[in-house]
Amino acid sequence: MKKTLYMVIRNLAAWVISLISAAPFLLILFNSLKTSLSASDMNLSLPGLPLQWGNFLEVIEKGKLVGSFINSCIYTFGSVALCCFLSSLAAYVLARNHTKFTRAIYLFIVLGITMPINYVALTRVMIFLNLNDTQLGIVLLYTAMQIPFSIFLIYGFVLKIPVELDEAGIIDGCSPIRLFVAIIFPLLKPAIATTVVLTFLNNWNEFISPLYFLSSSTKWPMTLSVYNFFGMYFKDWNMVCADIVMTSIPVVLIYLFGQKYIVSGMTAGAVKG
Amino acid sequence: MNKKKVYPFYFVLGALALYTVLFVVPSIIGIGYSFTNWSAYSDDLKFVWLDNFKLIFSAEEDYMDIISNTLKFTAVTTVLKNVLGLALALLLTKSIRFLNFHRGIMFMPSVLSTLIIGMIFKSILDPANGLLNTFLRSAGLGFLAGKWLVTSELAFGSVMAVDIWRGTGYIMTILIAGILSISLTYYEAAGIDGANGFQKFRYITLPLIMPTLATTTVLNVIYGLKVFDMIYALTNGGPGRTTTEVLYTAVFKRFGTGQYAAGTALSSVMFLFMAVVGVFMIRVMTKGEVAE
Repeated sequence: MKKTLYMVIRNLAAWVISLISAAPFLLILFNSLKTSLSASDMNLSLPGLPLQWGNFLEVIEKGKLVGSFINSCIYTFGSVALCCFLSSLAAYVLARNHTKFTRAIYLFIVLGITMPINYVALTRVMIFLNLNDTQLGIVLLYTAMQIPFSIFLIYGFVLKIPVELDEAGIIDGCSPIRLFVAIIFPLLKPAIATTVVLTFLNNWNEFISPLYFLSSSTKWPMTLSVYNFFGMYFKDWNMVCADIVMTSIPVVLIYLFGQKYIVSGMTAGAVKG
Repeated sequence: MNKKKVYPFYFVLGALALYTVLFVVPSIIGIGYSFTNWSAYSDDLKFVWLDNFKLIFSAEEDYMDIISNTLKFTAVTTVLKNVLGLALALLLTKSIRFLNFHRGIMFMPSVLSTLIIGMIFKSILDPANGLLNTFLRSAGLGFLAGKWLVTSELAFGSVMAVDIWRGTGYIMTILIAGILSISLTYYEAAGIDGANGFQKFRYITLPLIMPTLATTTVLNVIYGLKVFDMIYALTNGGPGRTTTEVLYTAVFKRFGTGQYAAGTALSSVMFLFMAVVGVFMIRVMTKGEVAE
C-alpha cells in the first residue's frame, strides 16, 4: 500500500515537472498558429480553427527569414566541418605523440573551454585580419570557439584506440596522412558525431559574436534576426512565435535525432565510469 | 617507431593557430589595452596605467555592483541548479512510467537558444497578461502575482529563476549518468545490512557522485560568470542602472558607447576570475586521462 502511494507520487511529480518544462514551448507553438488578436494575451489555450499557417509565410517574408536561414546554415555547417577537421587532426597527434610539450599544448587549448573571450579587443584582431563584418570571419570565429571542447572530446576518444593499429599500418607502409585517413578517422566516427551535434547546437544558437561583428543585417544569422524581429513586432505575438518556431526547428530536429550523442558529449569528462 | 614522424606536429597547427589568433591573442592584447585610454572618440592612444582599474574598483562608480551581481548570479544559480538537478536525477532513476519521455522533456530547455528562452519568458513574466500572473490569478493566488522583471526587488530573482528553469535539466542529465554508473552491488549489500532509502542516498549515492557534482559545479560557475544572452533578452541590465547588470552585458554596453578601454578592462578582470576557475576545471576534467 505504502509502496503504491510512493509510486503514484513519483509519477505525479514527474508529470508536473515535465509540464513546467514543456509549457513555454507549447505556449510558443500554440500561439504561432493563432490570429494576431487571440495571440495578444499569450495564453495556453489551444489555437482556434482554422489554424493560421499563413503566419509562417508572412513571417518568412516580413522577417527576411530566407536570407538569415542561409546565413545560419553557412556559419553553422562551415564551422562544424572546419572544427571537426582541424580538431580531429590535432587531437589525434596530441594524444598519440605524448611528450611534455604536446601535453602543454593540449592543456593550453583545453583551457579555452573555460576562458571568456575579450570581444572588445577581438574587434582589433578582426579588423586587422579584414574579417570584421564578413561571413568568413564568423565561420572562423565559431570554429575557434568550439575547438577547445572538440579537441577535449576527441582526445579522450583517441586514447581508447589501441596504438597497435597504428603500428600495423606503419609496417604496411602507410604515410602519416594515409594512416589518419584510412585507419584512425573511421574509428573516430562516434566522437566526431558527438562533436558535430554539439558544435551544431552551440553555433546555431550563438548570438554574441554576430552581435559584435556583423553590422550589416543581410549577414545576420537567425538568432540575431529573430531578436530584431521581436523588437519590431513585439505586439504581434503570433508572428514572433512563428519566427521563434522556425528558428528552433533545426535545433529540435538535431535534438530528436542526436539525443544519444548530446548526452554522451555533455557527460564526457563529467562521469568517469 | 619514430613518433615525431608518424604523428607530425603540423596536424596540430591549424587548430592551434586559429585558437591562438582569435581566442588567446585578444585576451592578451586586451590586458594591454586596459592600461590605455582607447575609445571611439580619440585617435591617439595613451597609456593611463591603472586608471581604468581604479575606476572599476572605486566606490563612486557602479562597477562593483556589476561584479557582485555576476558573483551573486553565479553562486545562486549554481547551488540551486545542483540541488534541483540532483533531486530530479534521483526521481528519474527510480522506476517511473515513460521514464525516457520525462528525461527528454526536462532536458529540452538546455537545447534551445538561451536568447529565445529569454524572449519567451519576457512574455510569460509580463505583469499584466503574462502566462504566470494569469495562471496565479485564475488559481486564486492573485496575491502572488508580481511585477517580475520590471521592479528592482523582483527583477534579479526572476532572471535567476528563469535561468534555473533553463539549466536544471542539463545538470540533471549529467547527474543521472553519474548515478547510473554506480554499481548496484553497493545498494544490494546495504539493503542486506538493513539500510533505508535515505541511508543509501547519504552513504552510497552522495559520496560516489561527488566527482560528478564537482564537474557540474564548475560547469555552472563557468556559465554563470559568462552569462549574457539570458540577461540581454530579459532585462538588458535593468530596471534602473545596474539591477541585473552582469559583466558580459556591461562589456557590451561599453562597446556600444565606444568606451573600449573600460570594456576591455572589465573583460580582463573577468579573464583573471576565469583563469582561476579554469585551472581547477581542467584538473577535474582531465583527471584519469592517461595515454596507454
